[in-house]
Amino acid sequence: MDNKGVLVCGEIVEGKLAPITIELLGVGRKLADELGEDLSALLMGGKAGGLGQEAIAYGADKVYIAEDSLLDSYNSDAYTQMAADLCQKELPSIVLLGHTDIGCDLAPRLNGRLGGGLAMDCLELSLDSAKMLVSTRPVFGGNAHATMVSKTARPQMATLRPKTVPPAKRDDSRKGEVIPVEGKLDPAALKVKVVERIKEEVEGVKLEDAEVVVSGGRGIGSAQSFEMLRELASVLGGAVGATRPACDEGWAPMTLQIGQTGKVVSPKLYIAVGLSGAIQHIGGCLGSKYIVAINNDKEANIFNVAHFGIVADYKEVLPALTAKFKELLSA
Amino acid sequence: MNIIVCVKQVLDPEIPPAKFKIDPATKKVIPPPGVPPVISVFDERAVEAACRLKDKQGGKITVISLGAAQAAEVVKHTIAMGTDEGFVLQDEAFEDLDSFGIAYVLGKAIEKIGAYDLVLCGRQSADWGNGQVGSILAEIMGIPVVTLACDIEAADKKLKVKRIVKDGYEVLEAPMPSLITASSELGLPRLPAGMRIMIAARTQVPVWKAADIGAQGPELDKAKAHTEVTGLSVPSRKTECEMISGDSPGQAAENLAAKLAKLL
Repeated sequence: MDNKGVLVCGEIVEGKLAPITIELLGVGRKLADELGEDLSALLMGGKAGGLGQEAIAYGADKVYIAEDSLLDSYNSDAYTQMAADLCQKELPSIVLLGHTDIGCDLAPRLNGRLGGGLAMDCLELSLDSAKMLVSTRPVFGGNAHATMVSKTARPQMATLRPKTVPPAKRDDSRKGEVIPVEGKLDPAALKVKVVERIKEEVEGVKLEDAEVVVSGGRGIGSAQSFEMLRELASVLGGAVGATRPACDEGWAPMTLQIGQTGKVVSPKLYIAVGLSGAIQHIGGCLGSKYIVAINNDKEANIFNVAHFGIVADYKEVLPALTAKFKELLSA
Repeated sequence: MNIIVCVKQVLDPEIPPAKFKIDPATKKVIPPPGVPPVISVFDERAVEAACRLKDKQGGKITVISLGAAQAAEVVKHTIAMGTDEGFVLQDEAFEDLDSFGIAYVLGKAIEKIGAYDLVLCGRQSADWGNGQVGSILAEIMGIPVVTLACDIEAADKKLKVKRIVKDGYEVLEAPMPSLITASSELGLPRLPAGMRIMIAARTQVPVWKAADIGAQGPELDKAKAHTEVTGLSVPSRKTECEMISGDSPGQAAENLAAKLAKLL
């Protein structure tokens, strides 16, 4: 096989290497060392040039810089073309991306163009005895884990879920090579036009970033009753989530849906209120450090994954819980 | 406007975890008895998006589903929602396909269907969730792709797509034909009603075999050899749920708050 080396497709956020990119450089360095091959990184966009040395400090041997102005913000056609061109020229054996909104779009397209083998949303990346990439990823909403291998197709590709590995250690004495990517993008090849980008202002804490999530299900009973969950969440500086049935009922907006078919959250504390714990919902909150279940049905499945539970009507529990937290946190 | 929607039949994700069983030897999930499989939720959104476009523009919606013969049920479900016709792609040779293999077979079926302005898929399946079939399919067919759509409009031979990103959304303009993957933010799919249910019930869903769409031989073998599932396991989760009690639910709540405050 001619393919050699590990390539990380980096992301730049507000002029800096994205945290996921630093995590990927750590994983990539380990894989490259085990293979006895090079770790390279591809950085795209106008601010990429200034970050070459930083990527080297985090473990890259080579950093490809593509500074075309068409790459300044994410454009699917442009990024795919640039990354595919580089991969076809450099023939990496392994290509790693972040499981972010960019990686989720770019990785499958890149794979489609290169004809490799891709595993998405990986929790673990390692090499087997034949030095092939083994990707472990959640399936069925996290209720099972699958390992995947690409025996012959190259490159072997994976997107890594953010925050599953520690960031790479920075070592500014590391040496490497910064290589500008020759060749410009052909604007005619960009078929999809970005008309506008709208940043949505979120009231309070964003669900994905919240350290505490208070989540309600069908047992909540009405949109008004979700207000009780909001009060608790606001005292804890957290966000409100909901199950699919609760969103379907219109009690909470679709954007707050947690589960295999909604958002996946991993807060420190997940308070599940009036929800039974279908596999698809549990898949969205399993990464939480502590799960608390409040449900009047002691047989509810949610108690099987919870660390703490109260069997009672949530309407009698939440006001006292909110008041007590308020008291404890103001002390 | 001619729209093709790709849908998948999956294990109902709303089952309780106790019913979720796997066979590690065959690396497959054992479907729980008595629980009928359902249309994958994102694919149902894709069908909804197609129906909304048809409501406005008119046109024809064709649905294809790669899977077992029972996948006819999900095709009928989409007909009850408002699609016009559908096909099941079923063949022994299509079993255990990887994402590339699935995209290849779907591509062959789309070739057979012929003219289209838009291909719609779900952003990922609700079971294996590989999240790449739509994009690979678009690359194979050589058409533009927009992923994670929450709204689609069509006008003047162009598609205006609202796409979900981390901190909001972007509005994109894509030519026709393009492929778009639908996200759950698209909103609730319509409920089948009245006459549509009757029409769906009477519909015979044709099954296309490998030979019918020319998806076979070395080309299929090559298409499906990109990734292999080498293991499937249920992660061990040893959580002991500590039940918090008190003289009243309110008292229990206070005890819980005190306990949690120490941990956070």
